[in-house]
Amino acid sequence: MRKDGIFIGIEVDDALAGDAEAVARLEEACPVDIYAQTERGGLEIVAENIDECVLCRLCLDATPQGGVRVLKLYDHEAALA
Amino acid sequence: MSILLDADTTFIVQGITGREAVNLTRECLDYGKGAKIVGGVTPGRKGREVHGVPVYDTVAQVIDSHGGPIDGSVVTVPPAFTKDAVFEALENDVKLVVIVTERIPRRDVAEMVELAGLRGARIIGPNCLGIIVPEVIKMGGIGGPARDAAKAYSPGPVGVISRSGGMTTEMSSTLTAAGLGQSTAVSIGGDAIIGSTYAELMPLFEADEQTEAIVIYSEPGGRMEAELARWVTENESRLPIVAFMAGRFMDEMPGMSFGHAGTIVEGKEDTASEKIERLAAAGITVAEEISEIPALIAERLGSPSPA
Amino acid sequence: MRFFEYEAREIVKRAGIPVTDFGFARTAAEAREIAERIGGPTVIKSQVLTGGRMKAGGVKFAEGPEEAEGHAATILELQINGHVPRGVLVDPRAEVKQEYYAGVVWDGIREQPVMLFSDMGGIDIEEVAATHPDHVGRGHFSNLVSVSDFQAKQVIAQTGVTGSALTRITPILARLARLFSERDMTLAEINPLGETGDAKFVALDAHMEMENEARPRQRALLSELGVGDEETRQAREPTEFELAGEAVDAQDHRGVAGNVTEFDGDLGLVIGAGGGSLTLFDAVRKYGGRPANYCEIGGNPSVAKACGLAKLVLTKPGVDKIAVMMSIVSNTRVDIVARGVIKACLELDMDPAEKIAIFRIPGAWEEEGFKILDHYGVDYADRRVSLHEAARRAVEKIQGAAASEGDGADAPRVDGRTSGEVTEV
Repeated sequence: MRKDGIFIGIEVDDALAGDAEAVARLEEACPVDIYAQTERGGLEIVAENIDECVLCRLCLDATPQGGVRVLKLYDHEAALA
Repeated sequence: MSILLDADTTFIVQGITGREAVNLTRECLDYGKGAKIVGGVTPGRKGREVHGVPVYDTVAQVIDSHGGPIDGSVVTVPPAFTKDAVFEALENDVKLVVIVTERIPRRDVAEMVELAGLRGARIIGPNCLGIIVPEVIKMGGIGGPARDAAKAYSPGPVGVISRSGGMTTEMSSTLTAAGLGQSTAVSIGGDAIIGSTYAELMPLFEADEQTEAIVIYSEPGGRMEAELARWVTENESRLPIVAFMAGRFMDEMPGMSFGHAGTIVEGKEDTASEKIERLAAAGITVAEEISEIPALIAERLGSPSPA
Repeated sequence: MRFFEYEAREIVKRAGIPVTDFGFARTAAEAREIAERIGGPTVIKSQVLTGGRMKAGGVKFAEGPEEAEGHAATILELQINGHVPRGVLVDPRAEVKQEYYAGVVWDGIREQPVMLFSDMGGIDIEEVAATHPDHVGRGHFSNLVSVSDFQAKQVIAQTGVTGSALTRITPILARLARLFSERDMTLAEINPLGETGDAKFVALDAHMEMENEARPRQRALLSELGVGDEETRQAREPTEFELAGEAVDAQDHRGVAGNVTEFDGDLGLVIGAGGGSLTLFDAVRKYGGRPANYCEIGGNPSVAKACGLAKLVLTKPGVDKIAVMMSIVSNTRVDIVARGVIKACLELDMDPAEKIAIFRIPGAWEEEGFKILDHYGVDYADRRVSLHEAARRAVEKIQGAAASEGDGADAPRVDGRTSGEVTEV
């Protein structure tokens, strides 16, 4: 799934977004609350917080390589590595 | 050399587990030769670590585990607890206390400063970013992360004293860009009562061989510019001083405070224009803009104008 | 924060210092009741947080209750320096043999409070100090050891006061000094302190200012006096624009952005931090710019907060462009502020490249910030451009815009200044 703010886009691998444990880790990791867990354990990308992303990489560290992509929409969608 | 700090200075961080303190600790460990932060104190958090720095419940415990006296402390605890934390440091023989916390009532600050005087200790701040000796050590958030601090600060002959933390970096960066490094830069804090004023730091710079000139950043409010002017006149300082005065617009708005708590104009002597006159009368050059400072320093040092 | 006279007198009274049998009235009818209780000649005094009451007609003398009511009605309607009175103080008119001055202030250089005393009361102490220095006594006291009566006695004795006056005033000055410390005052004055016909000493007027930072721990006293948390007691009341700024700042706890002060110009300022803002505001005016506001960003605010501040300034009537400028940042992030101000433009359907006259914030995360600014075509500068030069460019742009609009009929003009001309303000 993917959701874009003005400056930042968040792309999460569908399998990961359905993995309640991984979603919990994302929710815990993000300092600006971009990731939230729905009641059924699924992933919600919180639209109003996307642009608050501080490029800290904690969500990338919390999930398997390639599971989450943070895209800089102002920089040709360069992905945070 | 430098004033207040050198590569061997040991210090602690009181309130080390707070968000800002965690960042500040990282920055100080990374900068220059790496600060010797021997421990941190947050009551109830003994046994933790912050970037490898062990956390204790009391200052006495840090001294015990260090096995000897500690030179300094950076205090970054909430305003209601700052006085107690500073007293703890002073009563444990810490001689240099940098208080980062802002919005501390004046009475508390005055009590800390008076006790420091009785204990032969020095307080820098409150409401300050600390001290930096370029490429050697920094104590406090001054200059930010090590990489950013390295862009703004370079070693050299100019001592910097500033009532604004951000402007300490702005002025030093301007000096650095013109090839004029700094011996030590001190953010002294923006409150009405602070531990170390310009005049109280001047003797230290005066005695420091590396320092050949002083740059100060000043604001309306208080009498510390008048105190500096008097000190310079009475002591025949060898150091040329260039001052920058911000907040001139406040002269038209008595009773209002802008920028820092200490800027409120409470008397006739503490307006910007009055201060500029006093500084100038004492032979201190007052720059109209920050960008003029390097040339004015170079002129006062008698060397060719920097690039 | 400053107290009204009736509050200051109440504070003095609680400290054990004798006061007159005064009363505070919000209406003329209440004033009459107090005058009836007092039962003799009274003084009716406007309760405003500004000086010059006497000159403005805010202090009147009444012989009886009826006249007191009439004066109160007049004074309650009278604005002084733009201040509407909170009420009136009704004071018994005392027979005064002599007036004294007693005060306590901070000495920021000694870092201690200082007691001041004069046997020439009723006038400004600075004036007495200048014209009759031998009539002013002074004495510092410790922050760590509670002030002793003898210290007050020494200060009073410096003016030559002796006899029963000395012994009776001593506890009053000492109590004032203790009250200054215990109540976190920055100024505590009794002026005049009156010696009445029966050789009693009584506070006839009082002026108290409490440090804002200490308000939380003085909450009990403040609530007993009826001072609400929302009363800022600044030199002037906050404007709607300023209240909206406070709301922006209160939306989350990350950093500071929104504590604005309103001015009436056309150049909106999104500036920081403390010292940087002071420098930039001066610089804008030096180059002939007319700021629409003052503000300070600091402490790494959220994108939402920076956005809220920029929106507030952009939508202020009369604002044509904003200048986004700070001294080199080490905690606040360049990219976060850049996102905030651009987002504000986009959400208001404005072109960031046109509305942002200049963006000059060097420092933490500047590479990332400059990429964002590049993407939206915003004019930005790095640390090689000084604060003054950035301000000059912003002013030049807004004056250029005003000048070209000025070709039309009634567009705003900029006093015939040409762009870039240096005007001392």
